[in-house]
This record gives sequence, structure tokens and C-alpha cells, in this order.
Amino acid sequence: MSDLTRLDASETAAAVAAGEVTAREVAGAHLDRIEQTDEAVHAFVHVDRELTLAAADAVDAARASGGPLGPLAGVPLALKDVFTMRGAPTTCGSKILDGWRPPYDATVVERLRDAGVVVLGKTNMDEFAMGSSTENSAYGVTHNPWNLERIPGGSSGGSSAAVAARQAPLAIGTDTGGSIRQPAAVTGIVGVKPTYGAVSRYGLVAFSSSLDQGGPFARSVLDAALLHEVMAGHDPRDATSIDAPVPPVAAAARGELGGVDGLKVGVVTQLQGEGYQPGVQARFDEVVQLLTSLGADVVEVSCPSFDYALPAYYLIAPSECSSNLARFDGMRYGLRAGDDGKNGVEQVMAITRAEGFGPEVKRRIMLGTYALSAGYYDAYYGQAQKVRTLIRRDFEAAYRDVDVLLSPTTPTVAFPIGERADDPVAMYKADLATLPSSLYGGPAMSLPAGLGDDDLPVGVQLMAAVQRDEQVYRVGAALESALQERWGGPLLDRIPELATGGAA
Amino acid sequence: MTTPSSDVLMSFEDAIATFDPVMGLEVHVELNTLTKMFCGCPTEFGAAPNTQVCPVCLGLPGALPVVNQKAVESAIRIGLALGCSIAPWSRFARKNYFYPDMPKDFQTSQYDEPIAFNGALDIVVETDDGPQSITLGIERAHMEEDTGKISHLGGATGRIHGADYSLIDYNRAGVPLIEIVTKPIEVEPALAPAVARAYVTELRELIVALGVSDAHMHQGSMRVDANLSLKPRGRAEFGTRTETKNVNSIRSVERAVRFEIQRQAVVLSSGGTIVQETRHFHENDGSTTSGRVKEEAEDYRYFPEPDLTPVAPDEAWVESLRATLPESPLLRRARIREEWGLSEHEMQSLINAGALDLVEQTVALGADPADARKWWTGEIARISNERGLDVAVLPITPADVHRIIVLTSDGALNDKLARQVIEGVLAGEGGPDEVVASRGLAVVSDDGALLEAIDAALAAQPDVADKIRDGKVQAAGAIVGAVMKATAGKADAARVRELILRRVSGA
Amino acid sequence: MPALDRDDVAHLARLSRLQLTDAERDHYGEQLDVILAAVARVAEVAADDVPPTTHAVPVVNVTRPDVVVPCLSREDVLSGAPAAEDDRFRVPRILDEEEQ
Ligand SMILES: [Mg+2]
Ligand SMILES: [Zn+2]
Repeated sequence: MSDLTRLDASETAAAVAAGEVTAREVAGAHLDRIEQTDEAVHAFVHVDRELTLAAADAVDAARASGGPLGPLAGVPLALKDVFTMRGAPTTCGSKILDGWRPPYDATVVERLRDAGVVVLGKTNMDEFAMGSSTENSAYGVTHNPWNLERIPGGSSGGSSAAVAARQAPLAIGTDTGGSIRQPAAVTGIVGVKPTYGAVSRYGLVAFSSSLDQGGPFARSVLDAALLHEVMAGHDPRDATSIDAPVPPVAAAARGELGGVDGLKVGVVTQLQGEGYQPGVQARFDEVVQLLTSLGADVVEVSCPSFDYALPAYYLIAPSECSSNLARFDGMRYGLRAGDDGKNGVEQVMAITRAEGFGPEVKRRIMLGTYALSAGYYDAYYGQAQKVRTLIRRDFEAAYRDVDVLLSPTTPTVAFPIGERADDPVAMYKADLATLPSSLYGGPAMSLPAGLGDDDLPVGVQLMAAVQRDEQVYRVGAALESALQERWGGPLLDRIPELATGGAA
Repeated sequence: MTTPSSDVLMSFEDAIATFDPVMGLEVHVELNTLTKMFCGCPTEFGAAPNTQVCPVCLGLPGALPVVNQKAVESAIRIGLALGCSIAPWSRFARKNYFYPDMPKDFQTSQYDEPIAFNGALDIVVETDDGPQSITLGIERAHMEEDTGKISHLGGATGRIHGADYSLIDYNRAGVPLIEIVTKPIEVEPALAPAVARAYVTELRELIVALGVSDAHMHQGSMRVDANLSLKPRGRAEFGTRTETKNVNSIRSVERAVRFEIQRQAVVLSSGGTIVQETRHFHENDGSTTSGRVKEEAEDYRYFPEPDLTPVAPDEAWVESLRATLPESPLLRRARIREEWGLSEHEMQSLINAGALDLVEQTVALGADPADARKWWTGEIARISNERGLDVAVLPITPADVHRIIVLTSDGALNDKLARQVIEGVLAGEGGPDEVVASRGLAVVSDDGALLEAIDAALAAQPDVADKIRDGKVQAAGAIVGAVMKATAGKADAARVRELILRRVSGA
Repeated sequence: MPALDRDDVAHLARLSRLQLTDAERDHYGEQLDVILAAVARVAEVAADDVPPTTHAVPVVNVTRPDVVVPCLSREDVLSGAPAAEDDRFRVPRILDEEEQ
């Protein structure tokens, strides 16, 4: 095989299964690629060559002994450093967890191992998944492989950058308000937030419990679907995990459920126009025309409550985070600061948290503490949960008429690193279009729609009803193949070649 | 910090002459489920530190709770037994505050949507006019989780003040608790301490009867917080309350309430104000001391626990649990009292001795209720008092007592010997028969040997023999005593008396 | 809603166990004011008769059977501890008292 890092996950899995290449060779090629490019990209915060090759060897051994291989056996994957995995540190991009090695595996990690997926390492992220640029990490900034001066999106920016930089064909991210879809959009890859509850949160370090959802990054819709099926499924250790069969997303991605001919697609009035960059709007309009030409019935749908998604989200997520992050107090694991024998426990906790958390995390903890306080709860948290109901009703009304909803994924292409670093409200606007389906809980996908301003990728977002994840894959796959036909190949073929350094 | 001895108290009588006490009792009951509230770790008491801990109850990042089905069922059964309504829809909430014994720095509890609410419990209090029945309102019963155990080290050993550092064992963290809260209790002021005691006693019996908890106060599987405030007689609004914690026995509940009434009364009548605070009870002198002052209402920032789903028991489930409820202790006592023909007072002393279950079990084995009562509330209760232990934890069983009763009524033992058998059983010498054999405690039933001793005694006290002959039968007692002494207490006194009378009358 | 003054921020920081300098207090106070002004818009939607939504798929009574599962080894339990002694977590002295 010439360049194993250029293969799709499905191609790699087929090659490993057929014995054309070993999992060890595949893993080695990606480890080499990481070594060559990560100094520039900084997608990973932890790579353990030995551990990775041992996992690959286990797949090769299973194949040699004729054991059954999973659909992604031997395929390397980059894991967002928010999932626990034995044998590796979990930092969540935070100094407060520096050096913490969890004594247990996340359910997602167990499933990856059972499927023969080879974890290459842990990827950088905004601290505790709070951010849209992967600038808020205690372990440095991750760069967009399309333009190293730009952000790779966030909070799962390490994962999106790794896939775009061909360091891994697959990655896992988490999406609380858009943290898979927005990074996918700005790095020109596919990213999916499954229905809330589809993927177990056991072992996913919580940011906002009622919104957090793990999901796949890939370079094709089919690859994303294959990973989706490995990750999803009922987990008795997560009380909010859906106890129902996983929707047939891989079949949908293969076109087995049909194309878009005759499907009704809704374009959300509130998620376009003002505030969206011209290049973003232009690519979006082209997608709409393309869908029409493919036989879809595209209609405009108004969802007035979506205008309140941003304020509702920035009350609910900080509120839950203020409670979820309380446990990082320096008593049982992670950083402890100020323990000089004189300070009492309360001071040690306060000093530890002051030193261990970055500014965005502190801001959200205080915001959430405020929103949950006696006297403010009803006006803030309580009211935000009601807004959530209104948003859900808008979605439900829309899905009575249409099969999927469509919008740009982000208002702009990747912005320059540092541009919004000290302007939280401007930063929060990166999630404008992704927040409604986070609050509703339905599945949503971002897939590449072309290049926009500054020749940077633009993403289009497909949304579907709760538990109808197959719908976004069905439309996504049809759109992907029509777009690639137009482009003459995947969008990622147009990414500038990264300068490679380090040992080859 | 005020020391207990420096507190000036008003006499209880003076205090209740001026003030009306208002009580609120919060009881935490540790359930005896096999596993914790939200994870599969065992709940066994006394395991080596930090050996019953997993990612969930250690609050590790990423771990998630899942509710223990059995704990929910126990909560519903407790609610039903307390006459509560069972909420068709209830939720867990997070109570947010930082404390190192709480791994997540929030307690998963129930807040405005408890599983059970609005019930009542009937209690009986001893008064000067005899037992009085009082109904107390139950505000709510809700589910929550216990905290880890902190030991304070360095400085004044074991005390939080002056400690250099603390060590934490999280084995207890996450053990299921049911918190039962009364409505404000306003009773005849003089009765308040006794009512508090009777409530806890009655509640404990109910919990034990339900089989949902060991309810051992000394091990902390049942813990009482007593809220108390005073209001000047005739005033409608409640005064500022204190919350006394660490009340580790039923008797202490009564003492703590009494102390707080006397302490608050002296503060209020000297123009002072009561500070809203937690107070700590001290077993040694029955006092309470100031704990943490609540300068402002603690802001726990409660919100619904997003990691858990609501608990919504349907009617069929609730009814199936109702069908498992045991006879209520109150009804059971009424039934037993009637069956055994006891006075209210006799019944009460049986309960106070903590021996009702044991007597009932002994009777169930065939013993006469009077005999069973005699031994359990007599000799055995005496020893338990001596040792400061509950009767129930002494190493003697209803079967042992039943056997002793059989041996006594067969004439093989007399009461004195029976007491020695009890002593032997408690000393671990084996069952009653083994103790009888090893200590050689059988009654002397050989008339020949007894007559020999009688003759010797009569010869030694000829004047007594004359009195008996003159018809003063009660004088025989002196001879009986002498014979008992001569046989080292192994004779059957009734038989000895019979033989004396026969001997003297020349029969 | 009133703007957050330094004392408000100090109160929030104490509730959140975050030690802040005066400068940080001012800085966060300003930022929180801006954010709060933006999010206060949720109050514009009259929602008196609207129930809250907490989860995408509303389910109830998700429980587990009362069956023991293996615990972590004590080595694992204490592996992350900043300080341990006597098989327990060692923590700084506790000055105030607060028990449940
Ligand atoms: Mg409580
Ligand atoms: Zn546990």
C-alpha cells in the first residue's frame, strides 16, 4: 500500500480483513504521520506508540487466529481527551487533571476495543470542552491543518485537526453545543452529534450532563456511520442511555434506504442570512439548489424559538458545569495547590481550583453558580429549561412537515487564532446554528459544502428528529456524492500539504 | 467555644412555664440494601478503608449514577408505612456544597419532589396520667446518599477543632439513606422531650419491622437531628431554631431536646437571641455545644439531577409494595397486649426494655408469656443494663430462654439456678443444657437427702419446729432457708416446704 | 438584573471555591455582566404554562438491580490521591463544621 494515511476507514478495515496490510502497519503509518506533522498542528496531547502498537497487534493476532473481526478492526482512531482510558492520562485539556490516570475505561473505549479499533492517542480540546476554538487548553493551541494560523474549531479541535491532517482516519469528539459539528465544518470533514442518549456518557468527563454527547469524526459519511454504530447502543451504566436499537445509520450511508429524491428538506429561516459570512451563505445556497436538483422538496421552515437557543444554552450548560466541575477540588485526584499545612481545606480547594482552571472555565462556573442561586433559579435556569421546551416544539412541528432540516453549520469559516480569545460573547456566536439541536437532543451532522472566505472549508448542517439518526446519514451521503462529483473528489484533497518534520 | 459546663440552664419546669417548644425531627436511616444508592459497591459495615469504592461512589470524572431499584422500593415501603402519599412522579436533585467527605461535592438527594410526603405516625408517651397517644405529622421521606467517613488527626485527637489534618474513607459514600422529616411538633410543653424519644423509638421499630434497615443508632445506621425552637407562650410565629446533630441513642434524643429547651429558655429570658446554628450533642453530660453558625441561609443551588431519570412509580407497583407491609408496630402491640393480658404499663416496660420481639419469639416457641416476660425483663434486662448493651445484642436467644423456662417448670431448675444458667449462657459456656451439666446445677430431687437436711435444721432450731406444730406454718420459712443453704440452693423450695410440714406433723 | 459588583463576584467565587484577586474579581465581574445581559433574554419568552424540558428522550424509572459488582482495588482508589495515609485520603484540616 502506498500511503495508508490516505485511505478511508472502510477501505483500511477491508484491507486489514483481507490481509493486504496488517493493523500494525496501519497504526505505524499513522504514528509516523503524527510524528511528522503534529509539531505544527498539535492535535494530540498524548500518544503512546507502545500501547498503540500493542492494540494493533491484538487485532492482527485475532485475524491470524481466524477470530471474527469488527467492521473497523485495525482502523486507527484519535480520541478526545475527555474520555477515560486505562493506561493513558485523561486531562480534559485542564491543568487540574495534569497527570491523572483514570483507573477505568469509558464505555466508548470498551466498545472501540471490542471492535478492534486502534486508539492512537488522546487529542487536545478546550478545557473541559468549554470553547469553540481549542485555544482554551492548558496544553497549548491546536492549529487548523488548512491554515495553521486559524482555529480548528472546538471544543473537539484536536480530533477534527487530526482527521483533517490525515493523522487518523477516524476520531471521536463530544458535542455539547456544537463541539463536533463546528470543528468538522471548519476543518472540512464529517462530524456527527448522534441523538442525545445514543452514545453512552459513562467515562465521558461531564461538562453539561443533559447536553453532552459523544460522536464520530471521519472523512466520509460512511466512515462516520461505521464509527457511529461501534460507539452507540444501550449502556446500563448510563441512566440516560437510550434502550432501543441503534438506527441503521451505516445502511443509510450506503444508500440502502434510498437517496433524497422525494424527501422533504426544511431550510431554517432563523439560521441563515444576517450574521452569516457571504462565502458561508453562498455554499449553503448551492447545497440547497443541489438538493432540489436531486429531487428533494426544499421548503422554508420558521423556528422562532431558535433565536433564544444561545441564551438558553449559556444558562443551562454553565449551570450544569458549575456542579459537574465541583469535584475537582484537589482532594481525591489531580492537582492540589496551597496545601502548606496552614491553609484549611476550604482554602486549599479554592487555591487548587484557581490554579487548576483556566479563565473560560472559571467564567462559566461562576455564571452557572449565579444562575442556580436561590432567587435567580426561576428567572435563569428554570426559564432556560422552558425555552428548551419551546425549541423542542419548533423542531417537532417542523418534523411533521419535513424529513430533515438544513442550515449552515457555522456563521463563519475558521477564524484566526487569538481573534476572539478575550471576547466570550463573540466566541459563543460560533455555536449559533448548532445550539438548537443540542437543546432539543436530535441528531445533527456537519459535512463539507465547499470552500468559502479565505479558501477555508464551509460546512452544512443536517438535522433530524430524535432517534432518526439514519435520516442525516441518508441525506448526507447523497449530498456528499453529488458534491464530490461536482468537485472531482473529496474536498480534503484540496487541503494544502503540511510541511513535515521530525523523524520519518 | 462555650464549654458545656459554662452554660447556665433554666430549670426545665421554669422553661416550659414560659415557652412553648417547637420540634422538628429529621431521621436518616441507612438502608440495608446489598449495594449502594447509585452503584454496585457493597454496603457492609466495617470493611477495611476504601475497599468498597468504585468510580461512581468515588466521584471519579466521567462516572455516572444509576438508581438502586431495591432502595426505591424500600423508600416507598417506608413512605407507605408512615401513611404518606407516594408521589406518582418524583426526582433526584443535586444539593451543591463543597465538603471533602462528599466525592462529587454535591449530594444527590431529593428536594422539592420527594418520593413520599404528608404522612403521620402514632406514638404513645408516658405521662403522669398514664400513657397518652399522640399523632405526629410526617412532612416527607426522601432518598439520598451517605457521605464518606472523616477521621480528624493531630491536635486534640478525634475532634475537628485543633486537628492538623483529616483522613477519609469513602466506603460509606453512596450508601442509600432515607431521610424522614416530621412536620413541626407542638405538644404539651412538658411532654416534648418524651415525645421526641417516643417518636424515634416508634420510628425505629417500624423501620426494623419493615426489614429495610438495621437501624442501629450506635453504628450510625439510624441518625437523628433534632431541630428545636422556643416561642413565648401565646406567640404564634416560631422562634429561631437550632439543629442538634450527633444524637446517637434514643435516650440521647430526649436529653438533647430537654437540654436545648433549658438552654434556649435562659438565653431568651435574659434578652438574648438564639443563633441559627448546628449544635453537637455530648453523651457524657447531655449538653449541646455550638457547631457551625449559619450566617446566611446556605445556598445549595438545588437543581434536578440531569444524570438520572425521574422515579415515577405507577399504582400497581405501589400497591404491590403495600401488600408487603408488615403489621404496624402499634397494632401489633395492641394485639399482643390483649393476647397476653398485659396492662398498658406492663406493655410499656416491655418495650422500654427493648424485649418485645424477644418475648414474642420465646412465646412462639411455646413458653408462657408471663414466664417469658419475667426472664427477659428481669434477670436478662438487669445484665444488659449492667453492661450498657441492648438486650437484643446479648448472646442469649429466645430458644435458650424457652429451654430455661421448660427446665424450671419441670422442676429441674429453680429460679436461683436458672439465673446461674443465664449467666453461663451469656458467658459463652454453651446452651442451657450444657451449662446445667457443666456447672452441675440440677435441683436436688432426692427426698432422702432433703429429709436429712430438714432433720438437721429442725434439730438445730427446736423452737421453730414447735411453732410450726402450733400451726404457725409461715415459720417454716426459716427451715426452708436453712435447707436451701445446706444444699447450696439446689433444692426445690416448694418441695422442701412440703417435706418440712409433713415431717413436723409426723406424717 | 443589577450589575455585579465586586462583592457579588466575591460571593460567587466563594460559593464556587475559586480564589480570585481583586483585579480578577473586577475583570470577571465585567464579563459576567455582559454575558448575563445577553442571556437574560430568555426571560422575554413568556413561558408560564410551558413545562421545562430536561432530556431529549423522556424516560422514567431507569434503575439497576441490587446486585454487587466488583469494586476498584484499593491501589486504584488511591492511585490519584494527592496525599494518602493509612489507606485513606489525607486532606487538609477542616476548619468549619458542616455535616449532613
Ligand atoms: Mg438530607
Ligand atoms: Zn461504588
